[in-house]
Amino acid sequence: MSTEAETNLEDMDLLRFTTAGSVDDGKSTLIGRLLYDSKNIFEDQLAAVELSSKKRGDEHVNLALVTDGLRAEREQGITIDVAYRYFATPKRKFIIADTPGHIQYTRNMVTGASTANLAIVLIDARNGVIEQTCRHAFIANLLRIQHVVVAINKMDLVDWSEERFNEIKKAFTDFASRLGQIVDVTFIPMSALNGDNVVDKSRNMDWYDGPTLLYHLENVYIGADYNHVDARFPVQWVIRPHSDEFHDFRGYAGRVAGGVFKPGDEVMVRSSGFTSKIKAIHTADGEIEEAFAPLSCSILLEDEIDISRGDLICKPNNPPEKGQEIEAMICWFSERALQLRGKYILRHTTNEVKAMVEDLRYKVNINNLHKIEDDKSFTLNEIGRVKLRTSAPLFYDSYRRNRQTGSFILIDEQTNETMGAGMIV
Amino acid sequence: MRYKVNHLKQLESEAIFVLRETAAQFEKPVLLFSGGKDSIVMAWLAYKAFHPAKLPFPLLHVDTGHNFPETIVYRDQFVERIKADLHVGLVQDSIDQGRVVEETGPNASRNALQTVTLLDSLESGGYDAALGGGRRDEEKARAKERFFSHRNSFGEWDPKNQRPELWNLFNGRKQHGEHFRVFPLSNWTEMDIWQYIKAEEIDLPNLYFAHERDVIFRNGTYLAVTDFITLQDGESPEKKRIRFRTIGDATCTGAVESDAANLDQIIAEVAAAKETERGTRADDKRSETAMEDRKKQGYF
Ligand SMILES: Nc1nc2c(ncn2[C@@H]2O[C@H](COP(=O)(O)OP(=O)(O)O)[C@@H](O)[C@H]2O)c(=O)[nH]1
Repeated sequence: MSTEAETNLEDMDLLRFTTAGSVDDGKSTLIGRLLYDSKNIFEDQLAAVELSSKKRGDEHVNLALVTDGLRAEREQGITIDVAYRYFATPKRKFIIADTPGHIQYTRNMVTGASTANLAIVLIDARNGVIEQTCRHAFIANLLRIQHVVVAINKMDLVDWSEERFNEIKKAFTDFASRLGQIVDVTFIPMSALNGDNVVDKSRNMDWYDGPTLLYHLENVYIGADYNHVDARFPVQWVIRPHSDEFHDFRGYAGRVAGGVFKPGDEVMVRSSGFTSKIKAIHTADGEIEEAFAPLSCSILLEDEIDISRGDLICKPNNPPEKGQEIEAMICWFSERALQLRGKYILRHTTNEVKAMVEDLRYKVNINNLHKIEDDKSFTLNEIGRVKLRTSAPLFYDSYRRNRQTGSFILIDEQTNETMGAGMIV
Repeated sequence: MRYKVNHLKQLESEAIFVLRETAAQFEKPVLLFSGGKDSIVMAWLAYKAFHPAKLPFPLLHVDTGHNFPETIVYRDQFVERIKADLHVGLVQDSIDQGRVVEETGPNASRNALQTVTLLDSLESGGYDAALGGGRRDEEKARAKERFFSHRNSFGEWDPKNQRPELWNLFNGRKQHGEHFRVFPLSNWTEMDIWQYIKAEEIDLPNLYFAHERDVIFRNGTYLAVTDFITLQDGESPEKKRIRFRTIGDATCTGAVESDAANLDQIIAEVAAAKETERGTRADDKRSETAMEDRKKQGYF
């Protein structure tokens, strides 16, 4: 971390990634190694880990213990959940959504993946591509993570074999081709335990000339991850100062969800359909000349039109879809099963409507990608395709085009629990 | 790379989004202001989120009475600068009303008592959401914390009953009597906070910068000698050049030896730091699970 002070902050950006692997593939060791070799572990943390390692009778300092929160819980059988971890290098700040890999934790993987730019899928080189690997790849693809790293770990236990690496690479590629459009896949052979190809280049695998994991994380291009084409601005809040100085100020506050907005642009407001022009784009740092995702700002319009939370500002020549019948992939988060024709609250951007699930088209067996069409039960950790009807029109894009305007959650009207999450097809 | 946004701007945008969601989704939010750097940054972001209007919610300071005098002077100036309304909940009132019993002994601290004053203040103010400056990187127990953290009607955090948070869809719906804690700085690290303070030129209390002070060494950390500290046998104050990495109750917030007298020096020091900042908080050392315990009781 010592070089961080000299970092040029203007150039430092943010990468969010998830880690997935089945139990004992070495996920905790890998994260520990990444933090340790990139000098992101504090001495008091390390001392605590050394102490626990000793208590457990481990031979070496067990880096897996750095992220041990989840393991302890697993052993005690309490909530397993997404844990977020942070580290930085002079190039990037990283947010890791660390999710446990059991079958019953699909919900957590989906949650972690929803905000990630990149997914690390861990494979034990001895076991190769197994059911869980397929599941992780499926979820990464479903949630439209643009970059996947297949970390082929424990290479030390297969004699650092290039042949084994290529076998696994081929098996994964074959599987991934069935998923459709997985975007950018990078395969890295490593040994998390010994540190090969995590931060430092391995001396045991001369045949590999690709990047180390950290190098890849630092350099993978994520500039294209946001949609800068379709202008979308969900209104969160209306800023009305009621002060003498800002008497007529009326700013529509929100965070750009897509496209680029500039003063002078002609805009349309959904739901009303009224059009106007952007007078100014306001931030507390002054007016700005353009706003794009993911910036927060407030938009001022030339005309006084009625706009409130839940409305969407867009451009008249490129509006979102409008509809009350929505087809979506959903993942279920609750032990209480989906009620077909039951009512839920659907939250989409800053808007809420009532929704009824009219049909469960099919469920997906995420281990083999088979569609199950004759079973209408749908419960915790299941993924499937549904048809929804909403009480008022939604203004949306397909999830593939835009993660913000293409996603929603379903909320139970009585308990207010978040029951499921959906991606509009 | 035309639409590149650096990490601080991304974090700022995210925090502003969360602050605006809080204002929109709750009837009566309040921002918990401790005078520490995290809550200063949070209040600053709230000021930016609603500019040029006033904050749509007040600040609440739970005052243990064991403050460094600088904290209060700073607090009042800062609140004035961002034109916010400030409410103060006094732990002394809770003691006087018999709601809590003051700890005794040399390590007595009012930190634990704060919880009662906080919950009482939230209840009497009718607040349904309390914004806190907690960061997930601070402590293991916080790594899984949500932006919108649900509390039952006793103010308790139930780790099993937290809602999944996907994309930027936050579900703040609740039953009568329940409320939420909201953490806009969830994704910030200590380094991000310092870099942001520098980038935004936010003034901080002098306590954060290196200065000479009488201290004693107790429980593995330097504690400032104040009226609230009783010296034990064998303890004698010494003058040290120190600074504080967090600011809380004066009886249990430890200082570190430091020459870092400005933000650049602090950033360099944080970058080279060998201890987490909580390493200097005596209240966290009392037990390994101290934080988790206090959280279940309604503290952050
Ligand atoms: N030989 C070898 N063992 C490893 C490697 N990575 C992890 N392990 C071991 O595999 C076991 C499981 O690792 P852990 O990180 O706890 O797995 P997790 O369940 O995926 O978090 C531990 O005994 C590790 O020491 C590796 O690269 N090589």
